[in-house]
Amino acid sequence: MDMLLQVGYLITAILFIMGVMRLRSPATAKSGNLIAASGMVVAFVVTLVQYHSFSWLWIGLALILGAIVGSYAALKVRMTAMPQMVALFNGMGGGAAALVSIGELHSQWSVGVSSAAASIAALLTVLIGSISFTGSLLAFAKLQEWVRGRPITFGGQKLLNGLLLAVALVLGIMMIVSGGPHALPWLGVYIVLAALLGLLLVLPIGGADMPVVISLLNAFTGLAAAATGFLMSNNVLIIAGALVGASGTILTQQMSRAMNRPIHNIVFGAFGQVAAGAGAGPDGGDGVVQSATVDDVATMLAYARNVVIVPGYGLAVARAQQEVRQLTERLNERGVTVRFGIHPVAGRMPGHMNVLLAEADVPYDQLYEMDAINPQFPQTDVVLVIGANDVTNPAARNQPGSPLYGMPILNVDQAKRIVVLKRGMSPGFAGIDNPLYTNPKTSMLFGDAKASLDHLLRALDEV
Amino acid sequence: MPHSLLTEIYIFVLAVFVGFQLISKVPSVLHTPLMSATNAIHGIILVGAIALAATVKGPLDVGISVAAVFLATLNVVGGYVVTDRILGMFKKKSAERPTE
Repeated sequence: MDMLLQVGYLITAILFIMGVMRLRSPATAKSGNLIAASGMVVAFVVTLVQYHSFSWLWIGLALILGAIVGSYAALKVRMTAMPQMVALFNGMGGGAAALVSIGELHSQWSVGVSSAAASIAALLTVLIGSISFTGSLLAFAKLQEWVRGRPITFGGQKLLNGLLLAVALVLGIMMIVSGGPHALPWLGVYIVLAALLGLLLVLPIGGADMPVVISLLNAFTGLAAAATGFLMSNNVLIIAGALVGASGTILTQQMSRAMNRPIHNIVFGAFGQVAAGAGAGPDGGDGVVQSATVDDVATMLAYARNVVIVPGYGLAVARAQQEVRQLTERLNERGVTVRFGIHPVAGRMPGHMNVLLAEADVPYDQLYEMDAINPQFPQTDVVLVIGANDVTNPAARNQPGSPLYGMPILNVDQAKRIVVLKRGMSPGFAGIDNPLYTNPKTSMLFGDAKASLDHLLRALDEV
Repeated sequence: MPHSLLTEIYIFVLAVFVGFQLISKVPSVLHTPLMSATNAIHGIILVGAIALAATVKGPLDVGISVAAVFLATLNVVGGYVVTDRILGMFKKKSAERPTE
């Protein structure tokens, strides 16, 4: 009954496209996700009907276990930990694609050879899928802070990466030319090389570049799925993989545009390592940091007319989104206008801040994108920077020597007063000094963002 | 080049164009759900994993296919549930909006 399978896959492809179409507007997005999910169910059912000659015990176990672990993790994860969750699920998909191709190649080569086209598709999947798998796992570990988030670099890193890739490609060509049983040990070496490449590619990439990396790895997994489709002559894999590849590529482009850095610079640039000495520039004043008390800040906010809150990754780390919403409401009651300025790469994945604030029920119309909020800063009485660093660094505008130079930023230094909530004077994830902190208009409120906001809320009652 | 391969390349190229057309205008508010939903969509590799499981014989190959099914299921189920959770928050807000 091949017909059932093909018709089922056609329906799935249509449902996927309709689902993605509805993801373009917040009003229809939820139904879009459900439509895409129902497409997945259709594909799953017709596949089970067509291929049922497997070990039901083991496959059933894998399905049930995967569903339980997946839904448990998805339901339990805190919104603040969403970037690493997305990275992890992405890695699972990449790993699955690599495994499917490895299994296919292994079973074909154990008894003979496969066509050149099949070998190319399979080896491509193994390469991209393995890179996505280990790369995503490392991104997960970095975001979870199991691994130092700073760029990890060593001499000759690019050379090593290039060398490994070259060896993998040569090995791949060798195996395409002469697959078969004798090539199986080489397949093993190839897999190890690909897995190593994934780790080495993500190792030198710092936290602020994570939104780009996560989008890129997403595109990789999509392409790996599409390549598997070529291997297995499976059209729905090709279509779905191409859709995801396109979406990941677009997000990657938009993220790197928001940092004004070409993608190869992000992947190979080891951002933040060259930052030393780029600190005290023309805007840096004489390097004196003024710290403020909670009462100072409360008074400042209570008598302001316009306040802009600039959230960053620190807000997610402190899990202070509810406190931010309370502060917004309290200030609104006093007649203060509060808006949020959101940088496209604030946080660790595309749209990270929007999700966090949505969770805390901050109304949509208070959230402004960078281009909309930037002209407003000169008329803003107080800017409250909560856990954002690099996206507010004026060095990006006026210090040609800074690694951030040229990146579009939120021009918070143009406001009348700036208050920065920060844990300590350590530089941001990218490791670059921020002259904003020594600006005479800036006051620092040190401490955990959640605790500081709590104190601020209490102090506001007494103003 | 076999005819079927050419057809598959057609399908791939057209799907890439559709993807670019569909996604190039997604507002940044929806970037996370978009990524998370497409993340779930590439879990379609699950059907490849099941097809593999049905065709292989040796214990190593079966082991590989079982691992692939597990990872792909994790990807599909986790991806859709997470996306639904995220979008649920967005929806709740737009429903409350008129009362502001």
